[in-house]
Amino acid sequence: MAPPKHRRLGYSRKAQMGLFAGYVIAVVGAVAGGLMLVMSAIDPTGFQSLRQAGAEMFAPVARGGKDVSGSVGSVEENIGAYIRAGKQNRDLRRQLDATRLRLLEAEAIANENRQLKKMLKLRNDSPQTIVVSRLIASSASSARRLATLDAGRNEGVKPGQPVRAPEGLIGRILDVGPTLSRVLLLADTENVVPIRRARDALPALAVGRADGNLDIRALNTGISGFKRGDVFVTSGSGGLYQPNIPVAVVIAEQSDGAIGRPIAHPARVTAVLVERAYRDLAVLRRVPAAINVGDEP
Amino acid sequence: MRAAQQISFARPSTFRMKAFPIISVVLASALPAMLPIIAQFPLLPPFGLILFVAWRLIRAELWPSWIGIPLGFWDDLFSGQPFGSGILLWTIIVLAFEFADRILVWRDWWVDWLMAAAAIAFGIAGGLVIIGFTGTPASMEIIVPQLVWSIFTYPLVTRLVAVLDRWRIGRNN
Repeated sequence: MAPPKHRRLGYSRKAQMGLFAGYVIAVVGAVAGGLMLVMSAIDPTGFQSLRQAGAEMFAPVARGGKDVSGSVGSVEENIGAYIRAGKQNRDLRRQLDATRLRLLEAEAIANENRQLKKMLKLRNDSPQTIVVSRLIASSASSARRLATLDAGRNEGVKPGQPVRAPEGLIGRILDVGPTLSRVLLLADTENVVPIRRARDALPALAVGRADGNLDIRALNTGISGFKRGDVFVTSGSGGLYQPNIPVAVVIAEQSDGAIGRPIAHPARVTAVLVERAYRDLAVLRRVPAAINVGDEP
Repeated sequence: MRAAQQISFARPSTFRMKAFPIISVVLASALPAMLPIIAQFPLLPPFGLILFVAWRLIRAELWPSWIGIPLGFWDDLFSGQPFGSGILLWTIIVLAFEFADRILVWRDWWVDWLMAAAAIAFGIAGGLVIIGFTGTPASMEIIVPQLVWSIFTYPLVTRLVAVLDRWRIGRNN
């Protein structure tokens, strides 16, 4: 088959000029795109109002669909299991699921109960909680790991605030719209969280790998005694996350650190909590204490 | 004679002819904002890009060569990529297609698929490289699954585009 002669120039000077102008515009546009990239590298939150407007436009669809996310959200896990362990693994798992269906149901209810109780307690105990909401969508087609949170400026959410689930840390707020905000998940390559090992407070950093897992890097060079199963929690340094929120568990040891899996899986958690930044909270706590001391005598 | 009359009667409005392909790409680009999937790695094929490539290959004369600017911009709103990423990559893809249209002497369905595969791979890998400029570079491995099923989604998308195209020009079967 011959190629389609779609841009037939002929001898029309006007048509030729029009085509040429199209190319010029395209090249100028590409260069402008490159410049915009440089700008977004310098100021990552630029154009955020446009982005938020776009997200708000389609949010009703995502909100409606969230009810099925229990099944859709774990699609990747099913695919992953298929690739890694093959068909047999999946068949066996299905059989197991069928025989244990009853048990699972009971367990799920018990779990949900426990989770809800935990959340109630969390909400009561912690004045730092701003809003309890849910994740409704994510940047599923990009290598960035961003999620859309169903709460925004109207609920008091501000950029930089930590986001957590009862199980552990989820990420932090990147930018905020009227009723939605974008969350930078732990697994994003731009998210760096100061952490420490739960059992001996060995400090480290967690950096996203964009594949759902985290790179755990030791701060002290020469020491990388991370073992499989080590649990890491936030250290509180940096002033963003309050200490002792579970972050990751080590799944593979490496020469210069380890690979960790986030303890709270963003697709599996039922609800997330937006909290005040730790440094703001410290200020909040200090002020009432000072007043009390003054009132006592 | 009668057939000619029917076609002339069935000729749809210019708006439908022009806007329909653009609307389809626009909706496909916005898909990540609509689907309730909290992905932990690049999971969804970039449907906006795939539809864009399919329309460009099926109806080469449909769009001017600068179409990547507005549509790439729209894609940037929803993809999560830094701004300018879609504009740059999509425009380069269109220009490459224009160039290929001039130099290729043999075109069939397989060549089109190969070109589409190259364009989609360029779009996905280019996106990852661009992210690497701003953050910690991620390894290329994470886009391999997405790349594979995006390329194999393309034939299905061309079917969809062909159906849409028939509807667009008012020929129902």
